Amino acid sequence: MASPVITIEGLRKSYGEKEAVRGIDLEVQAREIFAVLGPNGAGKTTTIEILEGYRERSAGRVEVLGVDPESPTRLWRERIGIVPQITTLQPYLTVRESLDLYAGYYAAPRSVSEVVGLVGLEGQEGMRAGKLSGGQQRRLDVGIALVGDPDLLFLDEPTTGFDPSARRQAWDMVAGLRDLGKTVVLTTHYMDEAQALADRVAIIRGGRIVALDTPQELGGRENLPTHITFRMSSGDPDPVVPGLGAFVRTDEPDGPRFVLESTDPVADLSRLTGWALAEGRELRELEVRRPSLEEIYLEVTGEGPA
Amino acid sequence: MNSLRLILHEFRFDQKVFWRNPSSVFFTALLPVIFLVIFATIFGGSEIETLGNLDTTTYYIPAIITLAVVSATFVSLAMNVTIAREAGLLKRVRGTPLPAWVFIAGLVGNAFVISLIMLAAITVIGAVIYGVAVPWSHLPAVIVTLLIGAASFCCLGLALCAAIPTREAASAITNLISLPLYFLSGVFIPESEIPDGVLTVAGVLPVRPFFQSFLSSWDPATTGPGIEWGHLAVVAAWGLFGLLAAIRWFRWTPRG
Repeated sequence: MASPVITIEGLRKSYGEKEAVRGIDLEVQAREIFAVLGPNGAGKTTTIEILEGYRERSAGRVEVLGVDPESPTRLWRERIGIVPQITTLQPYLTVRESLDLYAGYYAAPRSVSEVVGLVGLEGQEGMRAGKLSGGQQRRLDVGIALVGDPDLLFLDEPTTGFDPSARRQAWDMVAGLRDLGKTVVLTTHYMDEAQALADRVAIIRGGRIVALDTPQELGGRENLPTHITFRMSSGDPDPVVPGLGAFVRTDEPDGPRFVLESTDPVADLSRLTGWALAEGRELRELEVRRPSLEEIYLEVTGEGPA
Repeated sequence: MNSLRLILHEFRFDQKVFWRNPSSVFFTALLPVIFLVIFATIFGGSEIETLGNLDTTTYYIPAIITLAVVSATFVSLAMNVTIAREAGLLKRVRGTPLPAWVFIAGLVGNAFVISLIMLAAITVIGAVIYGVAVPWSHLPAVIVTLLIGAASFCCLGLALCAAIPTREAASAITNLISLPLYFLSGVFIPESEIPDGVLTVAGVLPVRPFFQSFLSSWDPATTGPGIEWGHLAVVAAWGLFGLLAAIRWFRWTPRG
């Protein structure tokens, strides 16, 4: 296997007394889309800014594309694209001019027209950056980071403050980066964003990685029970289904709700529906649901009720 | 060679941004012309005894050029670079292969070109509308003054950025420094109306000696090449101070 694009060993960063990053170990492979997830103040941005060469670390070893980011070279900068957390555009330059300006900084830039297409700003080339919508500005931000044709792209909270449709568009764009063979490191607060985009997710809390896995397996998600939920009419007796364990009953105004935690949902569901048909009972609002990434996130970051 | 190409690239976009920004066009390019018309209308046609009966309109041409150059260099850089820094633009540029000094060189080059345009424009307006002779015989002195002055006030402007904490404070702090200096230095009010003690103090601050250097070139009584090395040395000393302060304290990242 080729050497990793990013290697972090025992990374620590203190601001005076406060330790923002408290021992992070991580490897990111080439062509991976890697999401760093965590609440505000977890150490996401500090970590990313150390990788980008903006901040010095207090301890540990860091290598990005084979270079220590504390001594960045011009050649190294050629290979890295950065989308900062806040949109930073020159409002008086047009889309095309903004891209031309940054393209001029690189030895072998990508063609500006191609970048316009990649970030979905066709037809807006002559529009001043200051007049674009928030979503379009963010896409121009990404375009500026792409115009140098970097191998590695950092996206710091790329969709914070977006409406749902702008987020969808941004996701399509990031997914398109995978086809270009880029390695992408993105930070986000949003679970669904990590789930939609990332090959692997690290959840950071209190300056440490508390979970690191594919979105499918994060937090042992594969092994957590599936919830089968339904509701019955108020007067009906509680369900007793042969072969199934006990239901957890919650009383609600429209009738009691029953939840079964199942590790074999296909078989259990078959038993439940077979029983209902045979007994003539109605399973209202029947739902089969795996624990969402959101629930895992709240659990591992300690922000949830669990 | 490659660096020169990059500086020109940067400069080209700095020019676009300057002329498209209504506030820089108004405050840097139009306001000095408006001031010239106002002062020439109100105070024109009289003579300044303490300056060998120099015509007041002639006096205001170098005065307003001083204002325009300080505005294009010191004031523009202090405000615009602070605003760009607080918006995260400087930090973003630092994340690209562009060398930091090239970025600064583009801005300084832009300030020089705007200064030169303003000097030419005010000189022409003075000659065409007010009949103030173009000081052709002192042209080398005018150019030397412009170069030393523009360079020094660019350095001071970049140094002041470091002292301005936020975007909101940029305009207030910059004007708080520049406006009193114009008044004390005889740029707005003829120097014959300003007490000697005030002029002495202003003489060791950067604006007054810069103005005196230009004034000498426009004054018909000046003989010889008219290069005021003494005054220019004071301006250059301030520039050097600004350069060292900027190197020591300039920030690329926003606060926090």
